[in-house]
Amino acid sequence: MMTNYNRRVTQGQFSFLPDLTDTQITAQLEYALGKGWAIGIEYTDDPHPRNTYWEMFGNPMFDLRDAAGILMEINNCRKTFPSHYIRVTAFDATRGVESPTMSYIVNRPKNEPGFGLVRQEVDSRAIRYTIHSYATDKSEGERY
Amino acid sequence: MSNDAMHSDDKQITDGRKRYASGVLKYKQMGYWQPDYLPKETDVIAMFRITPQEGVPADECAAAVAGESSTATWTVVWTDRLTACELYRAKAYRVDPVPNTGPGTKTEQQYFAYIAYDLDLFEPGSIANLTASIIGNVFGFKAVKALRLEDMRIPVAYLKTFPGPATGIVVERERLDKFGRPLLGATTKPKLGLSGRNYGRVVYEALKGGLDFVKDDENINSQPFMHWRDRFLYCMEAVNKASAATGEVKGHYLNVTAGTMDEMIARAEFAKSLGSVIIMIDLVIGYTAIQTMAAWARKNDMILHLHRAGNSTYSRQKNHGMNFRVICKWMRMAGVDHIHAGTVVGKLEGDPLMIKGFYDTLRETHTPQCLETGLFFDQDWASLNKVMPVASGGIHAGQMHQLLTYLGDDVVLQFGGGTIGHPQGIQAGATANRVALEAMILARNEGRDIWNEGPQILRDAGKWCSPLKQALDVWGDVSFNYESTDTSDYAPTPTVSA
Repeated sequence: MMTNYNRRVTQGQFSFLPDLTDTQITAQLEYALGKGWAIGIEYTDDPHPRNTYWEMFGNPMFDLRDAAGILMEINNCRKTFPSHYIRVTAFDATRGVESPTMSYIVNRPKNEPGFGLVRQEVDSRAIRYTIHSYATDKSEGERY
Repeated sequence: MSNDAMHSDDKQITDGRKRYASGVLKYKQMGYWQPDYLPKETDVIAMFRITPQEGVPADECAAAVAGESSTATWTVVWTDRLTACELYRAKAYRVDPVPNTGPGTKTEQQYFAYIAYDLDLFEPGSIANLTASIIGNVFGFKAVKALRLEDMRIPVAYLKTFPGPATGIVVERERLDKFGRPLLGATTKPKLGLSGRNYGRVVYEALKGGLDFVKDDENINSQPFMHWRDRFLYCMEAVNKASAATGEVKGHYLNVTAGTMDEMIARAEFAKSLGSVIIMIDLVIGYTAIQTMAAWARKNDMILHLHRAGNSTYSRQKNHGMNFRVICKWMRMAGVDHIHAGTVVGKLEGDPLMIKGFYDTLRETHTPQCLETGLFFDQDWASLNKVMPVASGGIHAGQMHQLLTYLGDDVVLQFGGGTIGHPQGIQAGATANRVALEAMILARNEGRDIWNEGPQILRDAGKWCSPLKQALDVWGDVSFNYESTDTSDYAPTPTVSA
C-alpha cells in the first residue's frame, strides 16, 4: 500500500481530490470541448511515472463533440478494464501547443501497490536510482 | 509643453566638409535625429525613458542616446568617412512626453525616445554584444540626468540567431507528465545553514506531500555548512524517494551557480549524472554565462531555471535602469526555461498590469502592442520556445483563486514559507497547496466564478482536507498591499501611478 496522503498514485490534475463523479467528469469534458480540444481515453496496468504510452481505448475522439458520448466511452473503458488505471487526456492542436493540455485519472484499482526504489551504489557516493512498479512483478493482464 | 523643451533648432549638417571638420557638434547635427525615418522590418528598436539635463532639448537628448549607443564619440572623427556610416548610425526617430510627468506633477519632465538600430550593428546570437551597445556607456552619459530602457522590438531576423529556451513550456510539461494546471514548488528554508542531510529532508517531505518541484535559493552554492556535492546527493535521494512514493515525476532545482564557468559546468554534469531533470542558475552570473548554460542544457535535455537575483538593483525604480520586460525578452532569447516574473499578490514588487506584460512576453507566440501592460511594440516571437514564469515570494494557499486568475495555468507557483511553515508539518503544507490548486482548477473548469467564490471553494475543500483548513486558518488573511513603484504610464491601475 502506498503511504502518501491519499494512499494512491497522484498523477494527473485531480488525484488529490475525492474521485470525480460522472457529473464532474462531464463538466471537465465540456470545458475541453469548449476549448476545441480532442479527448482521448487511455488505460494501463503499469502506472510507472515514466510509462508515457498507456494503451489507447481508440484514437482521440477528434470528431465527437458531445460530452455525453465521451462519458459513454469512458464507462465502456471502465467496464472492459475495471481494475486498470484509466486517464482522460485532452489534446490541443493549436500551433505553439500541439500537446496534451489536460490529463486526469478516472479509474484506478482498489489497492494500489505503488513503487519500490532500487538503489545501485556506484562511485563517489553516487547512487543510480530505478523506480520499480510492484504491479509489474506479475505478467501483463494479471496485475490487479 | 513648450517647443523649446522638445526640440532644438539644430539640423543635420549634410555638407561633408562642414560635417567632418574637426571639433564638436551637436548629436542632431551629426545625423542621429531622423524624424522622418521609417524603421525597417529588420531593425532593432529600443525605447528609452529619458530625463534630460536642464536646458537640453528632448530631441537632442534622444540623438545623443542614439549616438552614444551606436557609432558616436564626443568629437567628430574623419574615419567615419571610410565606412557606410549612414547605415551604422542609430536613428532617434520619435520623442513623446511621458504622461503625468513635468510641470504640475510629482515627477520632473520625462520623454519616451524611440531609436532604430540596423541589424548589422549586432553580432548574431550574442546577448552580451546587444547589451554592450544598448545598455553600455550610454547609461553614464552626462547629457541625460537619468535613462531607462523601457522596451525593445527584436526583429525576427535577429531572433532566429538565438536558439531560445532549452526545453520550453510544452516539452517541460511532456517530460514531467503534468498538464492542465500550474506546477507547484517551494524554496527550501532556511535558505542558509542546513546541512546536506537536513536539507534533503525538507525536499523529500515537500515533494511527497504533493509539490512538483523544490528549489535551492539563489545564494545557496557551496558554503562551509553544506558542500554542493552533499546537497546534490541528498536532494536526489529525496527526489527519487518522493517519486516512488507518489508515482509522479519530481524535481529539485539544483543551483549550479559558482565562481567560474568550468565549475558551473562540472556541477551541471554531476547533476546530470545523478538523473536530475532540472538545474538552476542566478541572473548575476551574467549574460554569456547564462547563454553557455542554456546551450549546455539544450545538449543535455535539462530544464534550466533562472533565479532573477539582482534584477531589482536596476529594474525597480522608474526613472533609471531598465524595465524587467526587457530582461524577459533577453532571457527568452538567451534560452532559459524558467524565470521568476512576479506574483502580483505576494511580498515582492509587482503591479498586475506590468506583470501581465512580463508573463505575455515569456509565454505568447506573438505579443501585440499594448501600452497598458507596458508592451510598446508588436513582437513576433518567431517560434522561440515559451519560458515558464515562476511566481514566488510571500504567496499561500488562501490566494489560489487570485493567483490562478492573474497568472493562468502555465506558471510555477512557489510556496516556500507557505509549505514549510505549516503547523502540521511540511508534507501537510504541500498537501494543502496541492488540494487548494486542484480544487480551484476543477471549479474554474466547471465554469464557476473563482474570483468571487474562491474563498468559499477553499473553505469547502478544507472540510475534507484538514491540512488545507489549517493553512487557511494560519495564513488566510495575510496580504501585502503596498503601492508598486513600477506602474503603467497609460492606464489607471489599482495602485497609484507616479
